[in-house]
Amino acid sequence: MAVSVDEAVSTGPARDNPPPARRLGGRGRSALEVALLTVLAVVMLFPVLWMIETSIKENRDVYAIPAKFFDFTVTLEHYRDVFVAPDGGRSALSVSFLNSVVVAGVSTVLATVLGVPAAWAYSRFAVKAKKDQLFFILSTRFMPPVVVVIPIFLMYRQVGLIDNKLGLILIYAAFNVPFTIWMMKGFVDEVPAEYEDAAMLDGYTRLQAFWKFTLPLLVPGIAATAVFALIFSWNEFVFATFLTSSDSVRTAPPAIAGLIGGTTTDWGLVAAASVVFALPVLVFAYLVRRHLIAGVTLGAVRR
Amino acid sequence: MAGIEVTALHKRYPDGTVAVDQVDLSIGHGELFVMLGPSGCGKTTTLRAIAGLERQTTGDIRIGDTLVNDLPPAERDIAMVFQFYALYPHLKTRDNLAFPLRAEGLPKQEVHARVDEAARLMRLGPLLDRRPRQLSGGEQQRVALARALVRRPRAFLMDEPLTNLDAELRADMRTEIKHLQGELGATMVYVTHDQVEAMSLGHRIAILNKGRVEQIGTPLEVYDRPASLFCAAFIGSPPMNLIEVEVADGKLHGQGGLVLTPPPGLPRDRRLVAGVRPEALEVTAPGAEGSIPARVVSAEWLGDEIIYVVDHGGQRDVRVRMPPTNRFAADAKVGLRHSGGTPAVYDVRTEELVA
Repeated sequence: MAVSVDEAVSTGPARDNPPPARRLGGRGRSALEVALLTVLAVVMLFPVLWMIETSIKENRDVYAIPAKFFDFTVTLEHYRDVFVAPDGGRSALSVSFLNSVVVAGVSTVLATVLGVPAAWAYSRFAVKAKKDQLFFILSTRFMPPVVVVIPIFLMYRQVGLIDNKLGLILIYAAFNVPFTIWMMKGFVDEVPAEYEDAAMLDGYTRLQAFWKFTLPLLVPGIAATAVFALIFSWNEFVFATFLTSSDSVRTAPPAIAGLIGGTTTDWGLVAAASVVFALPVLVFAYLVRRHLIAGVTLGAVRR
Repeated sequence: MAGIEVTALHKRYPDGTVAVDQVDLSIGHGELFVMLGPSGCGKTTTLRAIAGLERQTTGDIRIGDTLVNDLPPAERDIAMVFQFYALYPHLKTRDNLAFPLRAEGLPKQEVHARVDEAARLMRLGPLLDRRPRQLSGGEQQRVALARALVRRPRAFLMDEPLTNLDAELRADMRTEIKHLQGELGATMVYVTHDQVEAMSLGHRIAILNKGRVEQIGTPLEVYDRPASLFCAAFIGSPPMNLIEVEVADGKLHGQGGLVLTPPPGLPRDRRLVAGVRPEALEVTAPGAEGSIPARVVSAEWLGDEIIYVVDHGGQRDVRVRMPPTNRFAADAKVGLRHSGGTPAVYDVRTEELVA
């Protein structure tokens, strides 16, 4: 059957769960739940809110005691400072944002280009010790990055990849390929292999059949997987801190962290930089929210 | 159209699983040949090897006079119908039908004429401008059949084409496929795990088990004389009763005193099992002539027949098919007697038919 991936995964689990209010019984419970959830939401969202407020306050309002929640003068000077240096040129932060875009973008493309065909191969072909291979691939993600950062630092020093964007791109791609293979294998499994068989009977080679018929059906899955990979690379801090040092190479996470410390900290600038840093991820996550859920519930729905 | 010869086919996957151990088939020109077996028996792999979608490890495949071992699927001049239809989701019915022809590079008029012909044959007129998503399962499968037809291939390969349809539709499509095959005189290799499909469609049936052919024969041969204990248990619903027997004074004696007519030429020195179809036994009033005492365990009233499960001295769960006029309640004391002809007899050790 023509099962498109988002269709196959978006229906399913939510349907047969009764609404929680009814399960617990009574309107009082439901009101209590709403109250608890509200408290939770305030606790969770307050730091975000405070970050946004701080980013648009003037410096003296940032330090005001008691804290000013509403009656402060709105300013966008911190946002200007994020992108423009005091002397009028490009700020170091803006360079680091650009670095982040390049590193995250290229490493995601690399991981996708390598991972999608690999996932297809693992899904379609009888490979020797397939399960062991897949487990090995996954196991490279078991380790926290901190564990391998020192050996990688030493290796990178040997080959001259320290303080080099290519170094970060490679290490992020290496971390994202296993993830891409595992996510995409699930999506490929959902696309019936018969499309490719039929195409081969119609005169296409195996690769052409994959390219022309399976790949278009995988696009939603690829988008979701790529966004996950992108978010990982965008947020990554440990490798970026250890493997880069100069302003021209550093990505945004260590650059923003570098703003804190020294004699004084320009909290307005930190907050503005953080908002700018968080925005792309929020936008992307919002755009592919349906597929993110699909990725999480993968395998829950069989055809 | 052409016949298909499969010689000493063997397929072993890189991970070590042997999907097909040893298969020899000789499929005649214009024959509807069914490969039947449980899942994992190698029937689909054999079909895919004929199609060229899998490369066999060893063995030869000939379609007509051509050795096709090294030909890609498209050059084997065959068409295949899949379980999941495999219609291209982004193409309308019309374009799905035209697709293989355009891929061959036929001139437009020819493509048009052939699509119209296939559409008429499968009665697809109103569906031509819809996409697969807008078609029901049965409609999709009819389009898939039409797509196979337009190519005018030398042979049709069908991989469980009806499995995904509901029961009623399946029966209709079965008739349609059989009719179509007869009309075109097409060579057709049909894979299924459904014995009803196999019996009703096939000119001949090959029963596969564990990558080997257990038996090849017409539906009646396969039903009357299953070549092995596996076939005996696989074909027929309810399945054949397998009754341990001994040869004495020119008769076969089962447990509890059941007496069967022996086929000629039985070996005396081996342990034997007789395969007795449920309709070759009779449930009678207790003490009827030639019957042995038995007890009804359960009775399934199917309307046109009753399936009794009875126990008798030592042998449990013997299945008997009776006309609906003959009624005994569960737990009733009854008689059991053999009323059919000579049963098929198997060697317990080799599990093969001995007489």
